[in-house]
Amino acid sequence: MAAIDPLHQFAIEKMVSLPPVNVPGLGLIDLSITNSVVAMLIAAVAVCVFMAAAARGQVVPGRLQTVGESIYGLVEGLTSSMIGHEGKKYFPFVFTLFTFIMFMNLLGLLNFIGLAHMFTPTSQVAVTAALAIITIGLVIIVGFVKNGLGFFKLFVPSGVPIFILPFLVLIEFISFLVRPVTLTLRLFGNMLGGHVVLAIFGAFVAALGAYALSTGGAAYAALIPSALSFVMVVALTALELIVGFLQAFVFAALACVYLNDVVNLGHGH
Amino acid sequence: MDVSAAKYIGAGLAMLGMIGAGIGLGILFGNYLSGALRNPSAAAGERPMLFLGMALTEALGIFALVIAFIILFVKV
Repeated sequence: MAAIDPLHQFAIEKMVSLPPVNVPGLGLIDLSITNSVVAMLIAAVAVCVFMAAAARGQVVPGRLQTVGESIYGLVEGLTSSMIGHEGKKYFPFVFTLFTFIMFMNLLGLLNFIGLAHMFTPTSQVAVTAALAIITIGLVIIVGFVKNGLGFFKLFVPSGVPIFILPFLVLIEFISFLVRPVTLTLRLFGNMLGGHVVLAIFGAFVAALGAYALSTGGAAYAALIPSALSFVMVVALTALELIVGFLQAFVFAALACVYLNDVVNLGHGH
Repeated sequence: MDVSAAKYIGAGLAMLGMIGAGIGLGILFGNYLSGALRNPSAAAGERPMLFLGMALTEALGIFALVIAFIILFVKV
């Protein structure tokens, strides 16, 4: 029976080897083009091509334009309802985040059987951590630019008795520190978990089917769990399509919430 | 006990943390549905908050998953 190795799909392979670059303060860093980088480039190009094709501005929209407009409307509704009328400024950032993550998630489900499978960059902590650090970095920069040192009011809830205030400040501060960690791990964990489950059920289909066909006789009964596993794979793929979209949406929504905390600081959020 | 066996048992035990996330998600969606059926016109407006709550609840479960992965794969 074939060994089940669900984590093999996350192995990083070099496609183009580049010499290590010496970054001051960090030392030698390997900037080779790996399958993860290629998958991210494909996602970025796909977003650009899709939006260029969708943004034709016809009065009667075609199919592609309808999809593009509904994605725009979704993110626009998110920024304006969460951040308010100042949300327009942050729309490009949130829209980029949303479309990029969604395309990485959805394209990562592609599998050209026998040839190659698309790598899912969002199943790497490095990628999701970079996205989370960019988001939280923007939140901190916007917070200081808009409020100056008043940014620290974020950690001081109003209308609290003075006795428990220090504890609440501590809790608020910790919860702020945990935000990038949860942003990172949520996206990473969801994509990793989904793909591992898919790989395990796919391996069940192949292993049980091969066992039934090679042994014969009573072992043909193993075709039943094999077929059930196949149905499960189909259902899980559908679920992964939803999850890929939903996690991108959640990431964008949380970015909006965190931006709202600093943009409308002290306006009773 | 063999160390690798203990690792597998520990990773399995770490996943018990998912129980809490499952209960939390059940409460979350159940309460959203009961609220939405009482006042369907207000349901659409609260959907972003629903997904937000879902994300925050789920994150705690995924912490358990991460701990399980650390136990399994991180070499000490």
